[in-house]
Amino acid sequence: MRDILKTNVSRRAVLGAGVAGASLLAMPAVLRAQDKSLKVGVYGGYFKDSFDKNIFAEFTKQTGIAVESVAEPTGEAWLVQLEQAAKAGLAPADVSMMSQVAMLKGQSTELWAPLDTAKIPNASNLIDHFVNKYPDGRVAGIGAVAWYITLVTNTDVFKEAPTSWTALWDPANADKLGLLALVSNSFLLEVTAKTHFGGTNALDTEEGLLKAFEKLAEVKPNVRLWYRDEAQFEQSLKSGEIPMGQYYHDVTGLAAKDGQPVRSTFPKEGGIMDSGCWALSRASQKVEEAHTFINYMSQPAIQALLSRKVGTAPTVKRDLLDLTAEEFAAVSSDIDPIIPRYDLYTSKADWLNQKWTEMIAG
Amino acid sequence: MRREAPQKFTDYGPLFFPAGMLIVFFVVPFATMIAVSFFRRDPSGFYTPDFVFDNYARFLSLFFGKVLGFSLFLAVTVAICCVVLAVPFTYLLSRAKRRTQVLWLVALLSILSLSEVIIGFAWSTLFSRTAGITNLLVMLDIMNEAVALNPSFGAVLTAMTYQALPYTVLVLYPALVRLDPTLTEAARTLGASPIKSFFTVVVPALRNTIVATLIMVFIFALGSYLLPQILGRPQHWTLSVLITDQAIYQSNMPFAAAMAVFLVLVTLGLVALTVIAGRKGEAA
Repeated sequence: MRDILKTNVSRRAVLGAGVAGASLLAMPAVLRAQDKSLKVGVYGGYFKDSFDKNIFAEFTKQTGIAVESVAEPTGEAWLVQLEQAAKAGLAPADVSMMSQVAMLKGQSTELWAPLDTAKIPNASNLIDHFVNKYPDGRVAGIGAVAWYITLVTNTDVFKEAPTSWTALWDPANADKLGLLALVSNSFLLEVTAKTHFGGTNALDTEEGLLKAFEKLAEVKPNVRLWYRDEAQFEQSLKSGEIPMGQYYHDVTGLAAKDGQPVRSTFPKEGGIMDSGCWALSRASQKVEEAHTFINYMSQPAIQALLSRKVGTAPTVKRDLLDLTAEEFAAVSSDIDPIIPRYDLYTSKADWLNQKWTEMIAG
Repeated sequence: MRREAPQKFTDYGPLFFPAGMLIVFFVVPFATMIAVSFFRRDPSGFYTPDFVFDNYARFLSLFFGKVLGFSLFLAVTVAICCVVLAVPFTYLLSRAKRRTQVLWLVALLSILSLSEVIIGFAWSTLFSRTAGITNLLVMLDIMNEAVALNPSFGAVLTAMTYQALPYTVLVLYPALVRLDPTLTEAARTLGASPIKSFFTVVVPALRNTIVATLIMVFIFALGSYLLPQILGRPQHWTLSVLITDQAIYQSNMPFAAAMAVFLVLVTLGLVALTVIAGRKGEAA
């Protein structure tokens, strides 16, 4: 039944059959599912496929709310689309998984409908910093999943795993690296600060930032590819064309499980921990359904399921989870993570972007 | 048949539909973009309606000047490469058998069905060290070791020329087919070699077509933003790449709009110069 509901054509076919009286029994189910539905935006590709397969189907079974998943692009493209649509009173997705920078930017235009935590009892399971709040305390978003960006290598080319982010600066790795192309998604300034200047606090001042830029510029001769598109780097990493770089821990782990010659390493300075929030567009009419959905997603059992099936790091407290030490290590690490300075990407966004572009393209 | 000038208002009727489409899908979006380019940027969010020159001021820097210069240089180079390849090719094609012509044109048209993404990834594989064409050269003992040919300027240029070549041929083809064959025959009778008659008769006869084609490919190439990203190093990123970065990743619509308006103005200016230079050349 759920499969039939997935596409418009089949739904129409089912309705047609119902009207014809051929399947009177199916009708109420179809109508109910159409009554209660929710459009959920998740990153397209692997993420969306995993959510469709492992999470959304079960959610619909338990709550009767049909989920229509929408593939959203990473970066801020989706934020721009949501914002433009909300101005016209439309919501391309009711609930979307949004990055932290996008959450802050959306806050400034009141894009996110405030969430009522009384309707999301499971929100108390979350680690505090995964609850995204407006400056006045209203809840803008609830942590959906967390993920790490780590140091990845091709095992055919690098027999020994690197242990530190300093490998990026090693002259032996000339023209071997693939790094993310944008200041606001690579978080390399934070990596530089933590590796060479004692911590991300070094980025508090403009002088500190300039020093980090200067240090980071030394990496340039080692970089073969500054990528915006993940597929581009992943392919090159697997083939050994570009044997080292920064990449997502979860996806790399899955590729390794598939037998690809890749590995993900948590450097001793820590992996970069980024996360996504569930946020509700102010243009959405499905407020009730959205709260039900976010509450469902915040259960420890679902977070554990995500860790096992999708490879994301959980946003709920460790002691509530039934993950074994091994399962936890596959998605996360006890090494203190590098937490990105999201505040910089809203307060100094243009300055950082300008310096960054001049650094890599200049 | 004598063409009569329209007499009544309704005689203009057939124009309403295209004019309406042009207004809705070109004039309105372009006007919106110009308007947005003067809006005030809110770094933490989007933009507010205003009338400021900040976005243009930010653009006027050595850095963006260099990027603009490179973008124009790349587009001109692609246009010249395409025309240099396509004029002799299309000339020979227009003299070939009907069946050969159809086969070539179908093959060229099929390239147009490929998306920029596919073209980019295909060339990046062809230029790679692990699976690229240099492996063939190693197998043939021409090279000692497979090397990576991308990212590089050559890779960007090759892929962009590949992408624009079908358009070039399709634009040149009708003009070359219509070219009077007696012109070259006359040249040959008077003793010119085929190559000499091509350069002294065919090329000058097609002067206007060639200039028009150059301009078309130039503008087409100027908009390219995926191929420089996939096949080039950051110094090969065009202005279109930076516009995309601002619009999509930084959600800085005013600055992106200002850059786009600037690019359009520079393009129109260059095209106007070419046309004026062409007229002067004809008058002389």
